[in-house]
Amino acid sequence: MPEIRVLSPCGVIGSGFPEGSLERGLSLKPHVIACDGGSTDNGPHSLGTGAPNFSRAATKRDLRLLLRGGRRLGIPVIVGSCGTAGGDAGLAWMRDICLEIAREDGLAFPLALVHSEQDKAYLRRRLREGCIRPLDPAPPLDEGVLDRSAHIVGMMGDEPIAKCLDGGAEVVLAGRASDTSLFACHPVRLGADRGLAWHAAKILECGAACAVSRPRPDGVFCWLRDDHFVVEPLNPGMRCSPQSVASHTLYENTDPFHITEPAGVLDTSRATYAAEDDRAVRVQGSVFRPAETYTVKLEGAELAGYQSVIIGGVRDPYILRRLDAWLDGIREGFAGRAQEILGVPDPQYRLFIRVFGRDAVMGPLEPRAGEIPHEAGLLFEVTAPAQETANALAATLAHFALHYPIPEWSGLISSLAFPFTPAEIEKGPVFRFNLNHVVVPDGPCEMFPAETLEVKP
Amino acid sequence: MATLGELAKLIRSKNAGPFNLTFDIMFETEEAYRRVVGSNAVTKEVIRRLYRVPEEKILLVHHDAARAIKVSIPRPVPSCDLEDGDCYGGQQYGPLVDLEIPGA
Repeated sequence: MPEIRVLSPCGVIGSGFPEGSLERGLSLKPHVIACDGGSTDNGPHSLGTGAPNFSRAATKRDLRLLLRGGRRLGIPVIVGSCGTAGGDAGLAWMRDICLEIAREDGLAFPLALVHSEQDKAYLRRRLREGCIRPLDPAPPLDEGVLDRSAHIVGMMGDEPIAKCLDGGAEVVLAGRASDTSLFACHPVRLGADRGLAWHAAKILECGAACAVSRPRPDGVFCWLRDDHFVVEPLNPGMRCSPQSVASHTLYENTDPFHITEPAGVLDTSRATYAAEDDRAVRVQGSVFRPAETYTVKLEGAELAGYQSVIIGGVRDPYILRRLDAWLDGIREGFAGRAQEILGVPDPQYRLFIRVFGRDAVMGPLEPRAGEIPHEAGLLFEVTAPAQETANALAATLAHFALHYPIPEWSGLISSLAFPFTPAEIEKGPVFRFNLNHVVVPDGPCEMFPAETLEVKP
Repeated sequence: MATLGELAKLIRSKNAGPFNLTFDIMFETEEAYRRVVGSNAVTKEVIRRLYRVPEEKILLVHHDAARAIKVSIPRPVPSCDLEDGDCYGGQQYGPLVDLEIPGA
């Protein structure tokens, strides 16, 4: 196998890598540039609404540099999980940015768009056939879950992208894709060892996150050879060590030795890491074990309601000593008040109160939840089926909670320090992830239809 | 006696997908790594106690090349669901920092 070189400009498009790092990468003559565009890390909002996590301006700046670089060298540019969640809205958003850049810069190329948003009728059929399986832990799944979902995407492997490259695409914009697929795809097509190609992809997917320290978003470069690969940060001010590269298999994975992809499992348990020089690391010994069954992971988001929230602080030691009882009293008393004043019965809304300074960060995982702080921040979250209802409930709650009494004091108290006026803040629609399942399709490309466009300036 | 925070170069937590949490405890030197692994102060039993999660749901591995102990547990609430307080899962490692490690 001839050496295959892969350029990863940064961990996520739109985060803003240094132009000098990209130039250095281009000078090393990569065979492909690949970049991830999404994640579920920032919660279900992006999948639920279709709104991307990074700004259009920042994404356009990064994509422009990648397209110019790719065209200059005549190599493919692959961007996956477009628009954060990778649904059709995110893919269309990235396509429009791409076409705008081509127009402005006079670029021409065959463009492929690979869709990952799933048709509910297809998923209903697969569910009835018993071809949708839960991962652990998984929320319950029935057809109602599919119907309620705002959007569902499948996470594609390397095959749907490879098919576009086989068809002559020079730029591939993909919907939701496993981060690694973007980087493994072209090397595997060119005949790279699958264990090495997928392990290299796992290291490349977060850009310079595999470096010893990463002061800003930046890139890495990889040389894949017959029996090893070498990684090195593009920024001369950064370096990789055997430990930093080995550590990257830990990142955002449950199991660092067995990393599941649609077509099988990357086994890094026998991988070795050695310094190539003071900035580069050589990796050997990873194995790709093909799965008996090809599986595609699903991600779904459904509307949980509309929220309005209130922030308030408590400093009164008497209230703090009986905080839970005081908050229980507010919850119960407010239920009566909401029914009386607004005609909204308890089951139609949900009130959740977080106590910052005690257990707001860790919730049920907090081992020190019983301790009494000297002050506490309270976040009241009202969730209702309509925004207007949530707003009305929150406005009434702010007034109700402000004067909610404790037995230690006689007379009217003002028990909450509000930093804002009005105290209530409209937060809009909120979503929840509702799937942690895999589909068994008939083939790797079945769930991911592609379209091609001949882009002209 | 030292704390895990004093011996580690990095203790972090993060989502591993929306339904799982993962903890990376990483060490600069082989000596610190071996000391903590050998102390049996970071075990499934300790994680079960600190995070109140059944042992059979805990994955704990020693990654020698990374000089790291890795622990994964299911999230009590999926990322950013209504009662979740940590979308990225980035602040769930606090109780590990002050864990006391016996030995030199």
